[in-house]
Amino acid sequence: MAQDTKIDMSRSVSANRNGVEAPPARVKVKAEGVDFYYGGFHALKNVNIRIGERQVTALIGPSGCGKSTFLRTINRMNDLIDGTRLTGALTLDGRDIYDKSVDVVHLRKRVGMVFQKPNPFPMSIYDNICYGPRIHGTRGRAELDELVEASLKGAALWEEVKDKLKKSAFALSGGQQQRLCIARAIAVKPDVILMDEPCSALDPNSTFRVEELISELKEQYTIIIVTHNMQQAARVSDYTGFWLLGELKEFAPTEQLFSQPAVKETEDFVRGRFG
Amino acid sequence: MSTQNLAPETLSHDALSKRDGNLVGRQFKNNLMLGLCIVAAGIGLLSLFLVLYFLASQGLRYMSWNLFTKLPDAVEPKLGGVANSLLGTLLLLLGACLFALPIGILGGIYQLEAKGPFANLVRFMTDVLNGIPSIVIGIFVYAVWVYPVSQSNPGKGFSVFAGAFALGIMMIPLIMRTTEEMLRLVPGTMREASLGLGATRWRTMWSVVLPIAKGGVITGIMLSLARVAGETAPLLFTILGSEFYPSMQPVNFLGMSFSIPVFNEPVDALPLRVYKYASGPDTDQNNQAWATALILISLVLIFSVAARFATKSNIEEK
Repeated sequence: MAQDTKIDMSRSVSANRNGVEAPPARVKVKAEGVDFYYGGFHALKNVNIRIGERQVTALIGPSGCGKSTFLRTINRMNDLIDGTRLTGALTLDGRDIYDKSVDVVHLRKRVGMVFQKPNPFPMSIYDNICYGPRIHGTRGRAELDELVEASLKGAALWEEVKDKLKKSAFALSGGQQQRLCIARAIAVKPDVILMDEPCSALDPNSTFRVEELISELKEQYTIIIVTHNMQQAARVSDYTGFWLLGELKEFAPTEQLFSQPAVKETEDFVRGRFG
Repeated sequence: MSTQNLAPETLSHDALSKRDGNLVGRQFKNNLMLGLCIVAAGIGLLSLFLVLYFLASQGLRYMSWNLFTKLPDAVEPKLGGVANSLLGTLLLLLGACLFALPIGILGGIYQLEAKGPFANLVRFMTDVLNGIPSIVIGIFVYAVWVYPVSQSNPGKGFSVFAGAFALGIMMIPLIMRTTEEMLRLVPGTMREASLGLGATRWRTMWSVVLPIAKGGVITGIMLSLARVAGETAPLLFTILGSEFYPSMQPVNFLGMSFSIPVFNEPVDALPLRVYKYASGPDTDQNNQAWATALILISLVLIFSVAARFATKSNIEEK
């Protein structure tokens, strides 16, 4: 509703505010002893992580180390693949995501996802944004109009498209399409936004704008971003997790992980000794 | 191992232009096969053109407006027409669509989404159904519909219902197959995007995947219509044929009254009419058979061209 579009300052957390150590944020997503298997392949090994609310958490590591797999366990997109299995406890706001009673559809409303390659539907910009809300019951024209405007503003795209909402989404550039996908994701008012290498298919200018957007979005949403680009992780995130071969090797405030990594492999990776 | 064997051969300019015996053989074989392929394609195309040319030259000679507007005339076949056959064919195709489209499309969706032994069984059975001779399907429909119905409702056994049922059975495997394949072509990223927003699988299929595959699905429907429009054998046992228009019945729709044809009486159809006229002794009727055959094949061509258009517009949109 309308009040959701205002920024809730009372609980916003910034790790770098006035250089003072910010109070620890509430834990939004927690993994305890999580193992994940693709059939016989042991993809995630004993993962323990606590992701703070309204922060940006980056997951970095070499290719194939499990960071995207972990990301997709949070909104259970891995369920779409046959033979996947998760053991251990993965919770959202304290509730086990993989419990039998969990409605996956509702989970995915609360945990949104932005994919590597922008994937707007072959519909108008307006219909793209309304797709989610319409599924979840919002019908009124006025309500939808308001929602579309708020979402596009939230994704820093409103000024560019407000006159052509009925045009096809494919008429937009790659960077605009990705911002449209972000707007589409926030239109259903999630708590958490998962981003799987959102900038890897974009040019540097669009990348810059999306990174700016992420910094704005974190005031309302918990953001978990998988990225291949270490500099990007250093730029946008509050906390960073380094993954290697299915294990979370280190998880620390971003500045600390990059300047004084505790684990040798992390240091090797961050210094560029392997990739 | 010495690397001598792997060093590149330095070829002088002369050497390149020298004829390599092996190369000539390979070039010849290449050209020979290419030639054979062209000839084969040419023969195929030639067959099509011969049929069309024959049909067109004979059919156009006896073509007239009467054919489209008048009923068959027993006394002067030359002045009569095949209007009832044309109407009958269209009714049969409409009925076949009403029957086969829901089953074919939903079946295609099932084939795409379902996994496991039952899904494989359905796929196999569909292929078997596709291969059943059309006359067998005609006899089947006679046994399960026409005969029982005519016992309790004399005169209502042979009907559009029966004919549409038979043609529909033939359309189902085609529509299922093409629907499944067209749906499969839709990029998985679209599905992921929809599911990621909290949509159910059906909602994703209905609102995102099907609309994207729409052009291809319509193509499949058009092609299956083109195929069954000319089937004669199933009609032999199911519609009986007739010299008249199907009876009309009044129907009330949204406060307006219409007259629509009755569906449970014998009806005529173009392939059946061609069969009847061509095998009769009357020369005038034989001539009309050519013209009717031309009308039939034009109908089939219209469906095929419409199928092309549906595909084309789908591709252009993207």
